[in-house]
Amino acid sequence: MVATPPRRFHFRRPSVIPGFGLTFGYALTCLSLVVLLPLAALVARASGLGLSGIWDVARDPRVASALRLSFGVSLLAALTASVFGFVVAWVLTRYDFPGRRIVDAAVDLPFALPTAVAGIALASLYAPNGLVGAQLAKVGIQAAYTPIGIFIAMVFIGLPFAVRTVQPLIAEIDKEVEEASATLGAKRLLTLTRVVLPPLIPAVLTGFALAFARGVGEYGSIIFIAGNLPFVSEIAPLLIVIKLSEFDYAGAAAIATIMLGISFLTLLVINLIQAWSRRRFGYV
Amino acid sequence: MSEGITLEAAAAPRPRSVISEGRGVRWLLTGIAILFLALFLVLPLLTVFAQALARGWAAYFEAFAEPDARSAIRLTLTVAAISVPFNLVFGVAAAWAIAKFEFPGKSLLITLIDLPFSVSPVVSGMIYVLVFGSQGLFGAFFIEHGIQIIFAVPGIVLATIFVTFPFIARELIPLMQEQGTAEEEAALTLGASGWHAFRTVTLPNIRWGLLYSVLLCNARAMGEFGAVSVVSGHIRGLTNTLPLHVEILYNEYNFVGAFAVASLLAGLALVTLVIKSVLEWRYAGDLAAGGRH
Amino acid sequence: MLGLLGPSGSGKTTLLRIIAGLDFPDRGRVLFGGDDATGLPVQQRAVGFVFQHYALFKHMSVADNIAYGLNARKRSERPGKAEIRKRVGDLLDLIKLSGFADRYPSQLSGGQRQRIALARALAVEPRVLLLDEPFGALDAQVRKDLRRWLREIHDRTGQTTIFVTHDQDEALELSDRVAVLDKGRLEQVGTPDEVQDRPASATVLKFLGDSVEFEAIVEGERVLVDGRPTPAVAPRGVIGPARLYVRPWQLQFVDPAEAHLSGTVRASHRSQGRQRVEVERPDGRLVVVEDFDGDRYAAGRPVGLRINGGYVFA
Repeated sequence: MVATPPRRFHFRRPSVIPGFGLTFGYALTCLSLVVLLPLAALVARASGLGLSGIWDVARDPRVASALRLSFGVSLLAALTASVFGFVVAWVLTRYDFPGRRIVDAAVDLPFALPTAVAGIALASLYAPNGLVGAQLAKVGIQAAYTPIGIFIAMVFIGLPFAVRTVQPLIAEIDKEVEEASATLGAKRLLTLTRVVLPPLIPAVLTGFALAFARGVGEYGSIIFIAGNLPFVSEIAPLLIVIKLSEFDYAGAAAIATIMLGISFLTLLVINLIQAWSRRRFGYV
Repeated sequence: MSEGITLEAAAAPRPRSVISEGRGVRWLLTGIAILFLALFLVLPLLTVFAQALARGWAAYFEAFAEPDARSAIRLTLTVAAISVPFNLVFGVAAAWAIAKFEFPGKSLLITLIDLPFSVSPVVSGMIYVLVFGSQGLFGAFFIEHGIQIIFAVPGIVLATIFVTFPFIARELIPLMQEQGTAEEEAALTLGASGWHAFRTVTLPNIRWGLLYSVLLCNARAMGEFGAVSVVSGHIRGLTNTLPLHVEILYNEYNFVGAFAVASLLAGLALVTLVIKSVLEWRYAGDLAAGGRH
Repeated sequence: MLGLLGPSGSGKTTLLRIIAGLDFPDRGRVLFGGDDATGLPVQQRAVGFVFQHYALFKHMSVADNIAYGLNARKRSERPGKAEIRKRVGDLLDLIKLSGFADRYPSQLSGGQRQRIALARALAVEPRVLLLDEPFGALDAQVRKDLRRWLREIHDRTGQTTIFVTHDQDEALELSDRVAVLDKGRLEQVGTPDEVQDRPASATVLKFLGDSVEFEAIVEGERVLVDGRPTPAVAPRGVIGPARLYVRPWQLQFVDPAEAHLSGTVRASHRSQGRQRVEVERPDGRLVVVEDFDGDRYAAGRPVGLRINGGYVFA
């Protein structure tokens, strides 16, 4: 028997590559100063309030209405973005048509366009005298300065998330699986609903959750089109800004904590979906 | 054999792929997709330019002659010039530590780096107010020493760094993980120093991914509105970035001015999109597969 | 059971896909037992197709995979639930995976997935079973077992089967008839014995195993190499200069006086009871001879070789 030498504990697996201490230390320092410390300040402020303090703020009718509006409209917008986003992703990956690449690039526009720019553009388009707003006004719909306007802005910013999470998975679908379904006698519609769509559901849900989280927190593209009427079209992030400008740090921290809580919950759900799908299908 | 399969020459049937939808369905879906994108994405973009030029070119250029507009442009460039290099150095360092080494807690670290993506822009600005504001954690300390952070340029820079924090690291980590450590190890066995190996082996391998992420980081840094709005204090000529200037002009009903300044930012977005798309088409293999934001 | 054999790119898989209705021919028709199936969409062709990488539905259990084709039928033609369950059970017994109904494809080995794919194809009672490189993605041992097992299943069910392979041994062992393809052309169809004993072309011969090529002269019945007659028989119509292809085991070491050709031994190596000897001819070309693992042939030794058979092509 050969005696095994006692194993030394290493924080990281030994490697000949240099620079771990320097880069790891630097990255951790930046992360702590830029991200963790300020977020800790928020947590400290919120824990100063206590659960009951946060609950009191949330129960304030104006706050409650803003939170309801933000979450409710974002849910609807994420749903819309997911449905149309799926169609867009499908068309972009499965069909070929002139200008496909340009359309594909355009999907990222909401990522690249500053939110304030998108905000004033949407506001002027959907205002009662705007290009689209005037048409909507004819059928009696007022989009700008109502929750409908908020919905439009949230669909706008959520769309790329919905498209880009499903697109790579649609591209990866094994053509043989679709052919196998066809040789077994399944018509195209059945192949789509039973074979093609089910494995895509986790990705669709992930895209939905990302669009939802983004919509809830969005500020710049919404405030111009929303009209910001308390109890009607005032979103939660705007209320934070208002409370901050009134130096009501506690109130602002309470709303922010609720919003952060929901977005972490959303992130958790996304991770669970992906873990489940990895276990079930062997891929994300 | 129970049955004979025979193949005969002659005759000509019509080919149609068995794994695609019928022509009608394809047209319908393509139509829906393009109409939807045109209505929701392209139309707003066109509006920006149409509104900016509504009163002609003279009025358009007048918007940039204003001293406030000029100082906003200057401030936006300054903020980007500080925050992008900061995140570049951080991103490369973080990606090197995470991609080239194995250590416990790695996925937690990645999650923490990702955190700013899932925080509302308004909250991103607000946390700095909570730290450096007059009633903040260290507010009193900085005021005592006469250093103004909130409602001043440092606060704007900090908030911008926060919202763009994950961009470069997020692109580089998967890219460098894919590339592994074999090439660096080869360079080291050939006698290269660590820094030399990084410059001559790692850097050329990640250059397109680096350019790609710097581009997106810069676009976001110049366009950020919510977070900056909270910490800026909106002091004209001093703490107004371009997006904030757009807001002020718009709220003053100076639509041509607002859209003129906005068109500058929209132009930046378009240039970013074009370069990004070109990079994606030409160097798809040299960019990280996942996490394109 | 028909084996489509050919090098990669010879069009075997395309032919298989045309029969299935997954690809479409520019010209020609596909007949199933006399019925024209050319215009029939893939869904109505009643073929069972086993894909090279199985193409199992990852999100469905094994039982759901096998039952898929039955569930896809129109309500009027669909068997009842109990009937489907029984069919799935029978097929699982047939492929010897009875306890696996509730597993998912990601939990199975390659060989098991292969068998599930086969059961799924058989479940619809196809008119023809089509297998694309059925053992291509498996390692050697599993491959051998599955080969024998597939033959057994075929003997039991009598299912018309066409399979594609680029492995001669596989085709010759499994098939009742072999079709050899090359560059999109059908070179020969026949029993394994026919294609081996009477290859229709030099391409077929070369693809079915190693051979040594000689320049020969055909005079009437006789085939001459270096002026000496050989036992090879020329096909009808081949006269004058021709090529003679000789398998390694059709060469025999003999006394140089009786030899068709002479040379010196370059190297020899033993494997599985036989030895392969490389002989260098005076003009520098190498000839590989296969012999029983008997006499040792040291490098440098002069030897004579006699041609005991061979195949002549113009």
